[in-house]
Amino acid sequence: MIAIPLSSQLINLFAAVLLLLAFAMLAQRRVVSLIDLFAAQGLVLALSTAVVAWSTNQPHLYESAGLTLLLKVIVLPWLLYRLVKKLDVRWEFEGLINIPTTMLIGIVLVVFSFNLALPISQLASTVTRSTLGIAMASVMLSFLMMITRRKAIPQVIGFLAMENGLFFAATSATYGMPMVVELGIALDVLVGMLILGVFFFQIREQFDSLDLKHLETLKEEPGE
Amino acid sequence: MTLTGLLFQMLQIVVALALAPLLIGWVNQCRAWLSNRSAPPLTLPYRTIRKLFTKDAVVADNASPIFRITPYIVFGAMCCAAAIVPSLATALPFARAADAIALVGLFALARVFIALAAMDIGTSFGSLGARREMFIGFLAEPALLMVLFTASLISGSTSLATIVDAFAHRELGIYPSLAFAGVAFTMVSLAENARIPIDNPATHLELTMIHEAMVLEYSARHLALLEWASWLKLFNYSCIGLALFVPFGIASGDDWTALATAALALVAKLAVGGALLALIETLSAKLRIFRAPEFLGTAFMLAVLAMLVNLLLGS
Amino acid sequence: MPTSPLALIGIAATAWLAIGAAGLIRPRSLRAVRTLFPLGAVVAVAIAVIACVALALPPESTVLSLGLPDLPFHLRVDPLSAFFLVLLGSASAAISLFSAGYFRSGSGTAPGLICFQYHAFVAAMALVLIADDAYVFMVAWETMALASYFLVTTDHRIPQIRRAGFLYLLIAHVGAIAILLCFGVLQGGHGDYTFAAMRAIALPGWWGSAAFFLALMGFGAKAGLLPLHIWLPEAHPAAPSPVSALMSGVMLKTAIYGLLRVTFDLLGAQLWWWGAIALALGLLSALFGVIFAAAQTDMKRLLAYSSIENIGILVAALGLAILFKTNAKPLLAAIALAALLYHALNHAMFKSLLFLATGSVLHATKERSLGKLGGLIHRMPWVAWLALAGTLASAGLPPLNGFVSEWLLLQAFLFTPTLPQSFINMLVPLAAAALVLAVALAGYVMVKFYGVIFLGRPREPSLAYAHDAGRFERAGLVALAAACVLLGIFPATVLGAIDHVTAQLVGSAASGGDTSWLLLAPLGAERSSYSPLIVLGAIVGAVLITIQLVHRMWHGRVRRAPAWDCGFPLQTPRMQDTAEGFGQPIRQVFEPFFRIERHLPSPFDAKPRYSMNASDHWWQWLYLPIARAAEAVARLFGLIQRGRISVYLTYSFVTLLALLLFVL
Repeated sequence: MIAIPLSSQLINLFAAVLLLLAFAMLAQRRVVSLIDLFAAQGLVLALSTAVVAWSTNQPHLYESAGLTLLLKVIVLPWLLYRLVKKLDVRWEFEGLINIPTTMLIGIVLVVFSFNLALPISQLASTVTRSTLGIAMASVMLSFLMMITRRKAIPQVIGFLAMENGLFFAATSATYGMPMVVELGIALDVLVGMLILGVFFFQIREQFDSLDLKHLETLKEEPGE
Repeated sequence: MTLTGLLFQMLQIVVALALAPLLIGWVNQCRAWLSNRSAPPLTLPYRTIRKLFTKDAVVADNASPIFRITPYIVFGAMCCAAAIVPSLATALPFARAADAIALVGLFALARVFIALAAMDIGTSFGSLGARREMFIGFLAEPALLMVLFTASLISGSTSLATIVDAFAHRELGIYPSLAFAGVAFTMVSLAENARIPIDNPATHLELTMIHEAMVLEYSARHLALLEWASWLKLFNYSCIGLALFVPFGIASGDDWTALATAALALVAKLAVGGALLALIETLSAKLRIFRAPEFLGTAFMLAVLAMLVNLLLGS
Repeated sequence: MPTSPLALIGIAATAWLAIGAAGLIRPRSLRAVRTLFPLGAVVAVAIAVIACVALALPPESTVLSLGLPDLPFHLRVDPLSAFFLVLLGSASAAISLFSAGYFRSGSGTAPGLICFQYHAFVAAMALVLIADDAYVFMVAWETMALASYFLVTTDHRIPQIRRAGFLYLLIAHVGAIAILLCFGVLQGGHGDYTFAAMRAIALPGWWGSAAFFLALMGFGAKAGLLPLHIWLPEAHPAAPSPVSALMSGVMLKTAIYGLLRVTFDLLGAQLWWWGAIALALGLLSALFGVIFAAAQTDMKRLLAYSSIENIGILVAALGLAILFKTNAKPLLAAIALAALLYHALNHAMFKSLLFLATGSVLHATKERSLGKLGGLIHRMPWVAWLALAGTLASAGLPPLNGFVSEWLLLQAFLFTPTLPQSFINMLVPLAAAALVLAVALAGYVMVKFYGVIFLGRPREPSLAYAHDAGRFERAGLVALAAACVLLGIFPATVLGAIDHVTAQLVGSAASGGDTSWLLLAPLGAERSSYSPLIVLGAIVGAVLITIQLVHRMWHGRVRRAPAWDCGFPLQTPRMQDTAEGFGQPIRQVFEPFFRIERHLPSPFDAKPRYSMNASDHWWQWLYLPIARAAEAVARLFGLIQRGRISVYLTYSFVTLLALLLFVL
């Protein structure tokens, strides 16, 4: 066994936990637990950013970790909780595909994304390059979650989790993005979340439900 | 094969046989505390066994010899499993005879026999229980094997003793794949040992039973052996979990002082593990039987992911 | 007296034919059959013994001046064919013994004729195994198919059986065409159809792939590989049980033999992705077979699907062996190949045992449907206890034989991460998981099979008159059960014999490492080890000690009493869990695999009936479209059929003119 520095081991661990959480989100039916998982993912992200900051001595990454912590562990989950409470949608019923099948597709996605990332990560010089595949996998898993859910809120959480995966790819593989970009993304996410929140209320007022099935009626009728 | 090794082997089986009822007693006690009931005495399982052994057995009219031999086979298989799992020491002569795959095979052997015995009488509950047990089993067994595979990919061996030696004496490193494997293993153990959320060990409602439904026709010494075997199974699973994920303290040579420390460590680890099990059981609700495939499917996928992560991260 | 193994095997095969022909002298005489089948068993034992000897000898070949002019028969026996001859000899010895007591005169084919067909069948299989040119191989292969077709349609008065036989013949011929094409590719344009010539030619990669996939299709059709498996669940229930046993236990293995012969012997070089495809196809078949087996309600169909599962495992092992061999890992390739061969042998034993046991049950009860059996362990203890050995072996439980081969295969799987193809590496955990799932499901299926037939209470009152198997039948069952146990507890000895084959095919022995007669450790005892003898001893010891202790310390008495009826005294044995019920969880979990049709009773039915039919998607997806297309084409050709002689003469005349125009 090759001795790997502790920081890379930690980042590998965080990568694995991130993937685990992504799968847990795929398998979770309850909206409240989904938000908890999302918050946990944010926490892992913040921790891994902090570890990268510590191991590579880049103080600006600490700020980024703090930003993640604030936004993704506190603000966004809080907003989501409030939304769920107000809209009173605690339960997500059956998704479009049953859970084991979803997980199976998820595993195939993991294999796929890792093979996709393999040539890129071989170019990279950082020791944590193998995490790039995992980051990509968690992006894809979040995408899968958005596809398989019927209700609006889980889809939004999937969207947010996708951003988490991207962020993790940036920090672990290339040791962080410029601060400006990060701030911009953070702001985007926050604003996007708020807009979606407004949308939810509109959707519910219109259809008395958050089931996206109802949006299917908004297409043009064929013929006539 | 040394004399000490043989002694260790015998000692380990005896310790397993003696500690298994204590472990279940401890879990029950913790469960009672957590749900704010007054706890049964720690020694209740021992008394139950004693009581059952002294009674006359009642066997159904149409029971075949399979029904009567099954408790012994199940008990024997669990004793063999207790001899293989390195709970106290790794220098076990018998461990050579069966590696992790064979261990899973032994568990399967016990399961098949107990299911056959449950179908033997021809009552509805017996065959219902048998069907459900095999149903849980076919999902849990692959997951367990995948967990063990992950460990053997890391350590390069399928022999549990070698795995423990490799894990206990490595330099402190973090294995992300073991995190997945650990979660999967916990889920499998819950299912395999008829615990909540898959089965309720304390239930008396026939429709929800699995393990209890299968042993419904057993009484007296047969029941005692089956109960003891199921406690041994819990003990074995706990020891597999401890061996894979917290292997520290298990004696690796022919050293008697190390063995004493190992015994102390084992008791301490089991106490913590039992309390955790009680906590999990208290916090979760029993699943519908058709949610069980989802639960176990998730465990299976997690175990497969553990292997994948192990390959991906190379650790 | 010739002493070379090849000559002896040739003589033995001829003896089989002679025994078969002797059956024709008095076809209706049962007594003749009762003596001829045991004679056939003796010949089979002789073949097994000779082949055992030949396993360790260098290859030996000969040319017989039989056959067409300029096309003499080339025969050869090498370790690979010797191994399969051992399989053929040992399994068919027990089956012949059983058959001596099984066949009786009835409405179907006369016993003497069956005897002829049976022995022609086994002799043809022996010839397939020793053929050394494509011509002999195809002749023997087709003889085998025809003989087995007539055996399947023994009860030819029943339309379903005729239909099943036709389906079998059809698929067999599709397979045979593929094999013929495969040999056509293999001879590489030189026109020399001996295997020696094919070995000498190095085919370019593309042609090699074509040959491999034609072989996979041709032999896969015979073996029951997805998607050409559909004849198996139809033909096996139709055939008499010894024939099912012979087909499932031995004939499917000749297909595996052919696949091995083409892949590792005739094709000099393999490509790694063949292995990947074989692996995927094998695992798919394994999962598919076992899931369908769990849903069956006919005991022989259940076993037929279970055969598909086992063939899937064999092909998966083949894929793994190809992967390892092409990546220059001969030891691991040898282990995968040894797992394959071992499992082939095991499957021949336990599946024959189970099919024969269903034959005894069928004779005793006239009932094939699981829903009408039950409790037979009381009426047929011999069959029940011997079938238990087969059940446990088939479920892959230690210390019986099914476990050993699965253990070896899993060891091979655990090493796949050392391959250079990263994609394969990552898919291997999934493959291993699928394999383990199939094996675990096999346990489910076997508990269902055994529990519903032999345990519980008899579901029909007529079962109380069931009788146990006769002497010959018992002897056959005992031989197979003993083989299951012995193959299970002496794996190192068996592996030693298999080493000759792996050395021939992939150039390495599988029983290296710390393997001794007691311990199986092909990769070193540190890495993994398994000793079935010790495990068996430990379990038996623990059971005996427990019994002794319990009886010494608490000499508790046993009281017999009625089973608890939950306070509902009106229960009947029909209320026991049925085979449908036992399959229900599997149907629910794997619903996408099935095409389920339910007929629910309406609330107003006076006699409500519920029926459910879980059928195969492949019919809908593949076979019916092909059948429809064939029919449409046939109808098109039907247009030229006018029924008037002058029109037909015009056709001939026009053809003649066209040909003349073309030639001149």
